[in-house]
Amino acid sequence: MSRPVPPLYVPEGTYRRRRLVDAARLLPALAVLMFLLPMLWSPENGQPATRSTVTDGIYLFVVWALIIAAAAALGTVLRRPPPAPRGPEA
Amino acid sequence: MPFDLLVLACLAYVIVLFLVAFMVERRAAGGVPRWLRSPAIYTLSLSVYCTAWTFYGAVGYAARSGLEFITIYLGPTIVFVGWWVLLRKLVRIAKTQRVTSIADLISSRYGKSSLLGVVVTVICVTAATPYIALQLQSVTLSFAVFASETPEGWALPDRAATAIWVAAGLALFTILFGTRNLDANEQHHGVVTAIAVEAVVKLVALLAVGIFVVWGLAGGPAAVLDRIEASSLAGWELKPDRWVGLTLLSAAAILCLPRMFQVLVVENADERHLATASWAFPLYLFLMSLFVVPIAVIGLERMPAGTNPDLFVLTLPLSEGRGDLAMLAFLGGFSSATSMVIVAAIALATMVSNHVVMPLVLAVGVRRGAEAGDLRRLVLLSRRFSIAGVMALGYAYYVLSGGSGALAAIGLIAFVGVAQILPAMLGALFWRGATRTGALAGLLTGFALWVYTLYLPSFGEGAVLSAAVFENGPLGIAALRPQALFGIAGMDPLIHATFWSLTLNTLAFLAGSLLSFPTPLERVQGAAFVNVFEQGGASQGWARGRAEPEDLLLMAQRVLGEDVALAFFQAAARGQGKDAYLPDITPDFLDALERRLSGSVGAATAHAMLVQITGGASVSVEDLMAVANETAQIMEYSARLEAQQDELTRTARQLRLANEKLTQLSVQKDAFLSQISHELRTPMTSIRAFSEILREGDMPSEMTVRYATIIHDEAIRLTRLLDDLLDLSVLEAGTVQLSLREARLADLVDRALQTAGSVRPERGFVIHRDLPAEDVQVFSDPDRLGQVFINIVSNSRKYCDAARPELRITVRRAGGRVQVDFIDNGSGIPKESQGLIFEKFARLTDQTRAGGAGLGLAICREIMANLGGSIDYLPGRGGAAFRVEFPQRLDRAAAAAGAAAGAG
Repeated sequence: MSRPVPPLYVPEGTYRRRRLVDAARLLPALAVLMFLLPMLWSPENGQPATRSTVTDGIYLFVVWALIIAAAAALGTVLRRPPPAPRGPEA
Repeated sequence: MPFDLLVLACLAYVIVLFLVAFMVERRAAGGVPRWLRSPAIYTLSLSVYCTAWTFYGAVGYAARSGLEFITIYLGPTIVFVGWWVLLRKLVRIAKTQRVTSIADLISSRYGKSSLLGVVVTVICVTAATPYIALQLQSVTLSFAVFASETPEGWALPDRAATAIWVAAGLALFTILFGTRNLDANEQHHGVVTAIAVEAVVKLVALLAVGIFVVWGLAGGPAAVLDRIEASSLAGWELKPDRWVGLTLLSAAAILCLPRMFQVLVVENADERHLATASWAFPLYLFLMSLFVVPIAVIGLERMPAGTNPDLFVLTLPLSEGRGDLAMLAFLGGFSSATSMVIVAAIALATMVSNHVVMPLVLAVGVRRGAEAGDLRRLVLLSRRFSIAGVMALGYAYYVLSGGSGALAAIGLIAFVGVAQILPAMLGALFWRGATRTGALAGLLTGFALWVYTLYLPSFGEGAVLSAAVFENGPLGIAALRPQALFGIAGMDPLIHATFWSLTLNTLAFLAGSLLSFPTPLERVQGAAFVNVFEQGGASQGWARGRAEPEDLLLMAQRVLGEDVALAFFQAAARGQGKDAYLPDITPDFLDALERRLSGSVGAATAHAMLVQITGGASVSVEDLMAVANETAQIMEYSARLEAQQDELTRTARQLRLANEKLTQLSVQKDAFLSQISHELRTPMTSIRAFSEILREGDMPSEMTVRYATIIHDEAIRLTRLLDDLLDLSVLEAGTVQLSLREARLADLVDRALQTAGSVRPERGFVIHRDLPAEDVQVFSDPDRLGQVFINIVSNSRKYCDAARPELRITVRRAGGRVQVDFIDNGSGIPKESQGLIFEKFARLTDQTRAGGAGLGLAICREIMANLGGSIDYLPGRGGAAFRVEFPQRLDRAAAAAGAAAGAG
C-alpha cells in the first residue's frame, strides 16, 4: 500500500498560503489569550473589587480592534482561491 | 411624542420591511441577483445575534456589572477570527450534506437518527422560548416608555395586548416569507434581506444614540472618560469564573443557537463569504458595544434614581428632548427583536416539522394513495403551525413569567441551554469515534442538568420548584440542591449550572462513544463529516439499489412536487447516458436523491423514506466490508504494479548504461587498434626504406653507418612501444610481479629528477622541494614508483609552457598513506581534456614529440592501481598538477585487490 508522499518542497505561493493558514489557525488562540489576560492583573492592595473601568475598557477595545484588523488582513488573502497547482490541504 | 405617531411609524417600518422582502422574493424568482449573494448581506444577516437583549440589555448589564457585558461579544469574535478551523468545516459539511438545521446536522452525523433530531429540537425549542419572550418583553417595554408621559412611569395597562399584537404580526411575516420554499438550501432571500436592512437600522440607531451621548451630552471622548472615572462605574469587579464562563458560553451560542445556525450555515451562499464575515462581523459587534459604557454612565448620571437602566438607550434621548433620536432608537430595538424572532421561528419551525412532525407522519404511514406534492404541502403546513406554535410558547412564557427579570439573565439561560449541543457538534466535526449513543447520553445529561439547575429555578422560588427544594434539595437530599449540586455551594448560579451541565454532558458523551459500537451508517457519516475536505464529500450510504424507479419517482414527487422531481430524475438519467425519464437505480443515484430530499425534510426523514421504498437497511456491515476489501485489493494490486514498474525502469536504466559502456569500449578498442597500427607503421616504414637502401649496397661507409643508426633507433622505438604495450597489458591484467622493499622517498624523487633531466636538457627548471617532508621510508615497489615519478616530471619538462618553468614537489602523510603532489607553473591542462589524459594514446598536443606513444600516464594509472594507490589530476592549482597517492606500507593482499580493481 503506497500512499502518495506529499512533496517536501512546494512552490513559494503554496508555501506562503500554508503559512497564512497557520496564522489563521493561531489567531483565535491569540485572541483567547489577550481576552483572558485582564484576569491576571490583580486589583491594587489585593482588594477583591474595584478595577479601573477606563483602563480595562481601553485595553479590551484596543486589543479587540487589533485582532479584527489581523483577521481582516488574513481574510482578504485567504478569500482568494489557492494558487493553481493544488497541493493537499495543509 | 404622541403614542399614535409611534404606532404609525412602527407600522410604516414594518410595511417597508414587508415590501423589501416582497420585492427581493420577486426579483429572486427570476434568478438570484448578484448583490443578494454578497458577503455584505451575509455579514449583516449574522447580526441576528444582536437581539433586543444586546440593544437594550447591554447598557443595563454594564450599569450593573461594568465591563462584564463585553464577554457576550468576545466569544463570537474568537469563533469568527478562527473561522478557518471550525466555521469553514461546518459550512462545507452543511453544503455537501444539505443540512437544514442544527438538529439535522446532529441527526445526520450520528447515523441519521430520528431520536437525536427530536432531542436537539426539544432542547432548542425549550431554550428559545424564554428568549422569544424576552424579545416580546423588550418591544412591549419600549412601547410603554413612549406611552407614558414621564419616562420613569412606564406602566402600560394593556401590556399583554401589545405583546400579543407584536407576536401575531411577527408570526404573519415569518409565515409569509419564511415558508415559501421547502428546500432549506433554496435560501430565504426575502427574509435575509429584510434582516440585513434591520441590521443596518439597529447599528445606525445605537451609534446615533452613542454619538449623541458622547458629543452631545458629555462633550467629547476625553470628557466621557472623565465622567466614567467620576461615576459609580469607575470601578468594576472582574469575576474570573464569570469572565471565562460567559466567553465560553457566547462562543458556544454563536455556533449552537438555532437562529445563528440558520443564518451562518444554512443561508450561506458561498463559503468565501466566511472570510469576509470573519472580520466584518466582529467589527459589527465592536461598533455595537463601543458606546455601551458611555450611555450607561451618562444615563446613571442624568436619569432619576430608580430608572430601569435596560431602557437608557430609549429614555435618555427622550428625557433630553430628542424625540427623533428616541424614535430611531425605538426602531433599532424593534429591529433587533423582530429579526431575532423571525429567524428563530424559521429555524425552529424547520426543526419541528422535519424532526417531529414528519417522522410521526411516516410512522402513521401515509405512503399509499398519495398524490404528487401532498407531503410538500404537509411539511409547509406543519412549518406554518410550528411558527405559530413557537410564537405562542414565547408569548405564554412572557405572560407566565410576568415579564420580570433583567434582560441579560434570560438571554444567558438560553445560551447555557443551547451550549449543551456543543460537545456533540464538535464530536461530529472532529472525532470519527463519536457515536449516536454517546451523543444521546451527553445531550440528555446536559439537558436534564440545565433544566434542573437553571431553567426551572429561573421561574423563581416556589414557581415550579418549591423553596424547600432550593433549601434542602429534593426529598431532603442536600447533595441535589439545584444551585449547589454535590454540596458545592457558593458558586454563581449561572456558572454552577454551566459547569456541571457541560462537564457531565461531555463526560457522558465521551464515555458513551468509547463504550458503544456505531452502526455502519454512523461510520459512513462519521467519515464523510470528519474527512469532508479530503474526499469529494459524497458518502457511499447505499450499497445497492433494490427499488423500482417508478416508486422512487412517486415518492420524490410527493416531497419535491411533480416538475422538480421529474427534472431531477431526468437529469440523473442523462448523467447515466440514458435517454429516458427514469434512471437506473444505482447507489450513487440513491445518494443524490437522498441528499436532495434531505434538503427539504431533513436527513433522518429523507433516509427513512428511502428505506421504506427500498425495503431494508441501506448499507450493511457486509457491504462495507466488501467495499473495503475490494478497495484494499485494488490498492494492493496497483501498489504491486507500481513496484513492477519501478523495477522495470531500474533495469532499463541499467541496460542503457551497460549498452553505452559497451559502445564506448568498442569505439575505444577501434581507436586503440588504429593508433597502434599507426604507431607501429611509422617506424616500420623508415626501417623498410633504409634497409632497402642498404640492400642496394654500393655506398660510402659513413652513409651506411648513418642509415644503420636510423634503423637501429627506429627499432629501439618500436621495441619501447611494444614494451610499453606489454607492460600496460600486464598491469591491466593485474599479473605484474612487484618487487617490494624498503626505500626512501627522497631517493626516489632524486632519481626521477635526474633521469628526467635528459628530456629537453636545454630548459632550466627551478625545482622546489621540501626535503624534510620527503624523508619518508616507504615499503613498496620503488622501481615502479620511480617510473611514475619520472613520467610525471618528464611530462612537465615537455609540456610546461612558462617562460621560467618551475616545478614544486610537496609530500604529505595522512592515515598511513603518502601524497606526493607535482605542480608546475605552466598553463595546465584544459578542463575538457582533464578526463582524457589517463587514457591510452591521449596525447593532447603534438608540439613536442618526444618518443612517447601517449601511453605514459595510462601506464602510471595502472601502476598506481597495482600499488594500492592512485594518480589524479588536481584542477585549479595554477598549472599542471598531479597527485600521486599510495599506502606507506603496502601489504600484498591489498595490492592484489587494488590491481584487480584497476584491471576491472
